[in-house]
Amino acid sequence: MENKLMNLTLKVWRQKDAKSKGGFETYQVEGISPDTSFLEMLDILNNKLIHEDGQPVAFDKGCKGPFAFDHDCREGICGMCSLYINGEAHGPDSEITTCQLHMRKFKDGDTITIEPWRSAAFPVIRDLVVERGAFDKILQAGGFVSVNTGGVPDANSIPIPRDDAEESMDAAACIGCGACVATCKNGSAMLFVSARVSSLALLPQGKVEGARRAKAMVAKMDELGFGNCTNTQACQMECPKGISIGHIARLNREFLCAKFKD
Amino acid sequence: MATDKLISKVPAGPLENKWSAHKAAIKVVSPANKRKLDIIVIGTGLGGGAAAAALGELGYNVKVFCISDSPRRAHSIAAQGGINAAKNYQNDNDSVFRLFYDTIKGGDYRAREANVYRLAEVSNLIIDQCVAQGVPFAREYGGLLDNRSFGGAQVSRTFYARGQTGQQLLLGAYAALNRAVGKGWVKSYPRHEMLDLVVEDGEARGIIARNLATGDIERFGAHAVVIASGGYGNVFFLSTNAMNSNGSAAFQCYKKGAWFANPCFTQIHPTCIPVHGDQQSKLTLMSESLRNDGRIWVPKKMEDVKAIRSGAKKASDIEEKDRDYYLERRYPAFGNLVPRDVASRAAKERCDAGFGVNETGLAVFLDFKTAIERLGVDVIRARYGNLFQMYEKITDVDPYKEPMMIYPAVHYTMGGLWVDYNLETTVPGLYAIGEANFSDHGANRLGASALMQGLADGYFVLPYTIGDYLSKKIQAPKVSTDTPAFEEAEKAIREKIEKLFAIKGTHTVDEFHKKLGNVMWEDVGMARSKESLERAIVQIAQLRKDFWKDVYVPGENGEFNQEVEKALRLVDVLELGELMARDGLNRNESCGGHFRLEYQTPEGETLRDDKHYAYVAVWEYKGLDQTPEMHKEELEFEVAHPSQRNYKD
Repeated sequence: MENKLMNLTLKVWRQKDAKSKGGFETYQVEGISPDTSFLEMLDILNNKLIHEDGQPVAFDKGCKGPFAFDHDCREGICGMCSLYINGEAHGPDSEITTCQLHMRKFKDGDTITIEPWRSAAFPVIRDLVVERGAFDKILQAGGFVSVNTGGVPDANSIPIPRDDAEESMDAAACIGCGACVATCKNGSAMLFVSARVSSLALLPQGKVEGARRAKAMVAKMDELGFGNCTNTQACQMECPKGISIGHIARLNREFLCAKFKD
Repeated sequence: MATDKLISKVPAGPLENKWSAHKAAIKVVSPANKRKLDIIVIGTGLGGGAAAAALGELGYNVKVFCISDSPRRAHSIAAQGGINAAKNYQNDNDSVFRLFYDTIKGGDYRAREANVYRLAEVSNLIIDQCVAQGVPFAREYGGLLDNRSFGGAQVSRTFYARGQTGQQLLLGAYAALNRAVGKGWVKSYPRHEMLDLVVEDGEARGIIARNLATGDIERFGAHAVVIASGGYGNVFFLSTNAMNSNGSAAFQCYKKGAWFANPCFTQIHPTCIPVHGDQQSKLTLMSESLRNDGRIWVPKKMEDVKAIRSGAKKASDIEEKDRDYYLERRYPAFGNLVPRDVASRAAKERCDAGFGVNETGLAVFLDFKTAIERLGVDVIRARYGNLFQMYEKITDVDPYKEPMMIYPAVHYTMGGLWVDYNLETTVPGLYAIGEANFSDHGANRLGASALMQGLADGYFVLPYTIGDYLSKKIQAPKVSTDTPAFEEAEKAIREKIEKLFAIKGTHTVDEFHKKLGNVMWEDVGMARSKESLERAIVQIAQLRKDFWKDVYVPGENGEFNQEVEKALRLVDVLELGELMARDGLNRNESCGGHFRLEYQTPEGETLRDDKHYAYVAVWEYKGLDQTPEMHKEELEFEVAHPSQRNYKD
């Protein structure tokens, strides 16, 4: 292999639990292939930290042992991985999640800073892991079409213009990772909420209860401590699925129309 | 032999009437009584998410558990290509019968006929349901639904939402679940992992779970328990499964008396991104839908193979006449769309013969050149854009210019908990649905059928059949968790966890898992033999011993601790891997994904032995380090009589 292996310095946020105060720890990691994914690099470091943890002579600071980070599918679709890498949600590449980030985006000798999502609505559980249950709660308030299982019409009984279906799909691509909230200086969840509202508003099935949905989801979002949208567009820049703030415009329209009708 | 436990409960009568007749015969529970009954659902993928929502809508009290921070993360989300249904919207002579027949043939005649027919029968309802939920399936300009083709079928019956069909279907089920949670019909327990099944008086009564955020060990009681926790592909360490997907919940049930069926039936998916090195943690699937337009090939000449490996030539430099489109050559009728097991073995055959095209020699090309010339880049981008992007991010190669490199990888497990026609295991009150059961895919699953089965079980089968059992429980009080059975189960879990922390050995959990994965891939993988399987059984038993002596689990239980989570799962797969090898050793034939080197046709195809092995091998746990006992459910084919699968003409 012509690819040169890399040695890196990592500054990783360590925090025992939600109540404890956190801080950065510095680690060295060696022999990383550029074809290795970012999370695999963290696996390698953690494996080393577990071995060091087993030795009583290891550094005796507050946080030894492996650090916690959320991850699951490792192919950019489950939305479980998070991580603020060098000041960017999901790191230095566009339209990907952290698990799709590869080490070829870094250079030998780089120092990489890794932090959890930081938002009032996403408290830290441990180290780099945050609690994102607020997203579930917003969707439980109205992010659905109220149909029971069974007794629905034939799938082809409602023709839907292809462009509408495609735009609905663009919005439905949201993976609920929370990068939009973490990136927003106000900690707003507007891109997340608008993606769901817009996806359903574009379809006849979703229009029926569109007004109720928009109001209920916005009210729940406000209640859970997310900030307001001030149109900085940062969310759109960092969204791993390239979801457009055009959907926020549609949410605002849905919400205002619903309020006018009240 | 307690084989009276393996009564399939398949009703008599013509195949096409069985499900209707069964529904008419089974009992229902009145709305007033449903309110008094509790159901636990483990897992929130297409099976569990759909079941929890549907059962909640019916009026049962449902508790649903998932190991992720949200039900939406379940690994169904990663399914790319599509979902099959017998709508015949394309007017290409599709029907319920044809979908049934393709599925049972694709499974190499090792599935239960009546279950497969029912699956095909309810497939159409699924599409209707998903559209009603607002799932944005691909559409034609006229506004109606579009279809694509998938392996093992000669009709276009696959519905899709770009390359994210699993995601969109799961978001549909998750939305239904969210509605049910919002209404208070279902209570959701994210970051909770089931660690044991509690059985009292021979019936499922509840579970012991670990709260993954706090480490608390908690008890939950119910009148019925539904396992929808997916498959066990992670036994192999490297697979297309998510990192946290695991077979532990199903395996706990096996240890508590639910028998396990066909554990050796593993699906090796032909189109995955090849392994790049030993730092790798997982393999990424490239959807089977790509085989609609992609053509698979290796060079005909060894000198071209060498030139490609050394970098002297690129794939695009090889002329058409020097390319071996080996699937089209070997299987003219189905070409690149042969079933997965056939395509995987054909790739292995070419690579074993020395024609692999990357530096490890374990890769073949998946080429879109012809399709791009025929349809243009824009059409290909519209169809597969997200998959091409995913490929480029991982490999740094642009698949619009150079063909993808792919190789088979572990993807799905057809084996699972044995269930009857009601989807009930051998433990009364314990059900298994989706990938967690064994019932519908035989020895090989066709593409776009996993999503179909998960949703069929969750929305349209279990909600009916579970009523038959629960109708006997309408007088039963709330299940108390303050009983000796719960006490003992919790104590055993606590002791197991303490024991793991106390070992303080010298190797990490992942190091043991990688070793196990190696043994499984080499000896229980794509090609197996008596010799390799016997070797695997010895090696896994040794690995298990080493693990319990030498693993190091850092930290403590009463905290968020991902190492103890992994350790607990590895304890189970160190036993499950051995069971898979034993099952493979027992089955002296080749069928579907189970390829025994000793049993093949002169052309290298699977050689079934219907006379001796047309049965489901069902294993009963007999205790740690004891040989499990095998029971048989004989398979009867009333309509689809087994014949050699022919994809040539």
